[in-house]
Amino acid sequence: MPKYALLIDYEYCTGCQSCEVACKEEHNFPVGKWGIRVLDEGPWQKDDAKDEGSCFNWNKIPVPTDLCDLCASRVEDGREPVCVHNCLGDCMRFGTVEEMAAELARKPKQVLWAPTD
Amino acid sequence: MEFKNDLGKPWKFQDGDFTVVRSSVWSPPGCHPVGCGIKIYVDKDGRLDHIEGDENDPITHGRLCPRCLALKDYVYNPSRVVYPMRRAKEERGNADAWERCTWDEALDLIMDNWKRLTEQHGRETMAIFVGTGRDGMLSQDFQLSIFRTPNLAYTQSGYACYQPRMTASNMVLGALYPELDYAGGLPGGYDDPQYQVPELMILWGKMPLASNPDGFFGHSVIDLMKRGAKLVTIDPRVNWLATRSVVQLRLRNGTDAALAMALCNIIISEDLYDHDFVERWCYGFDEFAERVAYMTPENAAKICEIPVEDIYRVARMYAAAKPASIAWGLAFDQNTNGMQAGHCVLSMICLTGNLDVPGGNVVADLSMPEDLTSEAAAGGAEDFNDTRSFITEGWYQMTEEERGKALGMDKYPLYCNQITGAQADCVLDALETEEPYPVRMAWVANSNLIAPTNSAEPTRWHAAMVKSIEFAFGTDCFITPTIQAVCDVFLPITTVAEHDGVNRTHYGAASITTGCGNKAVTVGEAKCDLEIYCLLAERMAAMFPDDPKACFAHEKYPDYHDYLNKNRLEGRHDFEDVKQLVKFKRAVYYRKYETGKLRPDGQPGFLTPTGRVELWSSQYNDNGMDPLPYYYEPDLSPRIPEKTAEDLNLKKNPRISDELDAKWHERDLSHEEIIEKYPFILSTGHRRYSSFHSEHRQIAVLREIDPNPMLEINPADAERLGLADGQWCEIENMFGKAKYKARLMPTIKQGHVEADHGWWFPEQDGSEPSLFGVWQSNCNDLVPMHHNNALGFGAPYKSACCNVVPLKESYDVDMNAFAEKFGKLV
Repeated sequence: MPKYALLIDYEYCTGCQSCEVACKEEHNFPVGKWGIRVLDEGPWQKDDAKDEGSCFNWNKIPVPTDLCDLCASRVEDGREPVCVHNCLGDCMRFGTVEEMAAELARKPKQVLWAPTD
Repeated sequence: MEFKNDLGKPWKFQDGDFTVVRSSVWSPPGCHPVGCGIKIYVDKDGRLDHIEGDENDPITHGRLCPRCLALKDYVYNPSRVVYPMRRAKEERGNADAWERCTWDEALDLIMDNWKRLTEQHGRETMAIFVGTGRDGMLSQDFQLSIFRTPNLAYTQSGYACYQPRMTASNMVLGALYPELDYAGGLPGGYDDPQYQVPELMILWGKMPLASNPDGFFGHSVIDLMKRGAKLVTIDPRVNWLATRSVVQLRLRNGTDAALAMALCNIIISEDLYDHDFVERWCYGFDEFAERVAYMTPENAAKICEIPVEDIYRVARMYAAAKPASIAWGLAFDQNTNGMQAGHCVLSMICLTGNLDVPGGNVVADLSMPEDLTSEAAAGGAEDFNDTRSFITEGWYQMTEEERGKALGMDKYPLYCNQITGAQADCVLDALETEEPYPVRMAWVANSNLIAPTNSAEPTRWHAAMVKSIEFAFGTDCFITPTIQAVCDVFLPITTVAEHDGVNRTHYGAASITTGCGNKAVTVGEAKCDLEIYCLLAERMAAMFPDDPKACFAHEKYPDYHDYLNKNRLEGRHDFEDVKQLVKFKRAVYYRKYETGKLRPDGQPGFLTPTGRVELWSSQYNDNGMDPLPYYYEPDLSPRIPEKTAEDLNLKKNPRISDELDAKWHERDLSHEEIIEKYPFILSTGHRRYSSFHSEHRQIAVLREIDPNPMLEINPADAERLGLADGQWCEIENMFGKAKYKARLMPTIKQGHVEADHGWWFPEQDGSEPSLFGVWQSNCNDLVPMHHNNALGFGAPYKSACCNVVPLKESYDVDMNAFAEKFGKLV
């Protein structure tokens, strides 16, 4: 059963890819391997009468890969994962699954990842 | 869960086996001076192990972009050069001909050649080519003090980056570029009782997230959105922030001035303006109102290709929101009407009472000049119109006659005095024609000017520099295409992890914080820019021990820390003390025009000739430019103007019209033919998070994110051309051509294409003629020189024209081979 989770508020993920690079540096992943990747969902035009702005769907969503260990050694040392620490949009949180699930209930456009046991 | 953090830790502390140095970073690698807080982890052997964001930083709070997170890969990159090098002049362009030498040998070569060439041609024969975003560039006063040439050359046509906005601000407000107030200098930040979150932020020609433009921490926009600020974006493309905006105006590139005039027109004609502010603080309101009245919103809607109701809506929303702020960006500089658009934006800010109020646009404090020796500092109130005295000291080491020799001073004195150097386009003229005198020596200082970042038509710059320059030296971390092409001596400079430094946010304008870069590691024999300046100044003083001007720089700044203390810290702090703070805030005052803080004489008002905000600009008028804003079609526009500038009674570009005509006819095409052959509007300069201008292309972890130069194009246009997503294509016009990989984006306006910025290919052959493939994807070759406004400012980097031709071949980088060559750190 997963113990820890990453909560992403993708309303504010700007797609800066700091999480990707911080992760690669922390784990020394070579070119071609990643611990987290930012999914670029869009842009594509939507027809949404409620949308006052651009009418484009464009969300950036960090997705942990199979190599993500949620920075186990850092967490053991009492520190947050590097992706959370350096996130420019300040849109990533880390904690127990229960804590993060409670945060998830606070607002829409969030996603909860539990990549590992 | 509770997590450990390093809040409150000193500037240097131990963490297990690591020594951690806290630092406020500013270059190299280049960036805008936000001075983000970083923690540099150094292992027992004195080697940089890794980087983290510093949670102590009062602006960034531990957040950090990928470029600094990859700093180790930059510092220990296998292609970095960390020893001085020399190469025989006849071997220029040969990447294999460099030989390692000592610092003494390299400096002797520079000074011997300087003596020989300046004895023949005068000191003005040396041009100092400077780039941007590097610490060394903000020390240009020091460079000028040493060599006393007026030809400081920032080679971007029309100085089309920040300076047009700075000059417009100077003319209209008598102040530097007023920044969107993000509470940066207030002790409590966003929660400070003095601060008010803006109800509305207009981001105009500015997408600040990837680039932190001019030192503005881009992600503060996100912070403010989370606190309730609404966004309006004005940009031809839908950028990511536009998808989070309440309104977006997708105007045609280069038409900003038309929109800005219409917005002012609505605010005035619907009586949405602050009468009290206008009455007390503005000059020329009636003339201004009359001028903007000719740009009806309906007319602007046609010109800009946007719905007229959206123009009304934005004008009314902005006028009603209290407070509201406008971040106006690079698009204003890269447009020949950009200063007119800026004039209107400044007027909008003033007319709505949003100037220098919490959550509006804040005006920079006067820089305190007490320890500096410029004329501005000595001259009292009358001469004190220079709010950047910390950067003009070297300029005033020269006599008026010497300064008068700056290339372009005869045509553009305001430009040359404002930037303390030569006018870019006139420098190319001198290199090509040797008139009014030959330029024989060059210092390529932190500038990769033939990469598509800076000069327009870099192919011409390359040919002219190779022909005209007898001796050149370069200072950088890497051998760039520009250094490879023209330099005979290379001096290696340190990265931000290897030297002490002081950064003034926003290049000293609206400087809300001051940051200290703390040295953490040593690599090879690299020295920082300032240390190199000290060594050159020492040699200059030794050469002319009896000439006080030749000795000035060395005597004032014997050690580079003297420069940090006396110049960057204005003699008010000692680096050894403040480095322990890493970053400190400067006091912020609002409504400074009421309290005399905008004028050195302490009187209320503004530092303009009338003491008011000049909606009718007397300084524009005195310098041969229309004193009121106007809109005129960009030169390479896909539309032929219905009326000439003369018909509209606009003083458009009186100084270089003949010259400009000659340039047109040289290419032998009429405007009609141009539109037919090159129907797309070309916008250059698209930024990515993974790079800063032409930097970072050799960093494997960053290159992997953006491996190839991209051209964004609307899918409908691509379909018509038979161009598939991911297919390579060539953009071309009468000035040049360049290859890009197509990215089909519905967010790009039809008829527009947008080219990535700054590409060269460190993995390709470094020698001539390839020069690391610098000509392959060089979109600046499609942007002509000399299309500037009457003051010599602005250029069509975002409103050039082109055609797009699909290619069969692929030029994709082989990332495995790349990783093999650049991914193994040394």
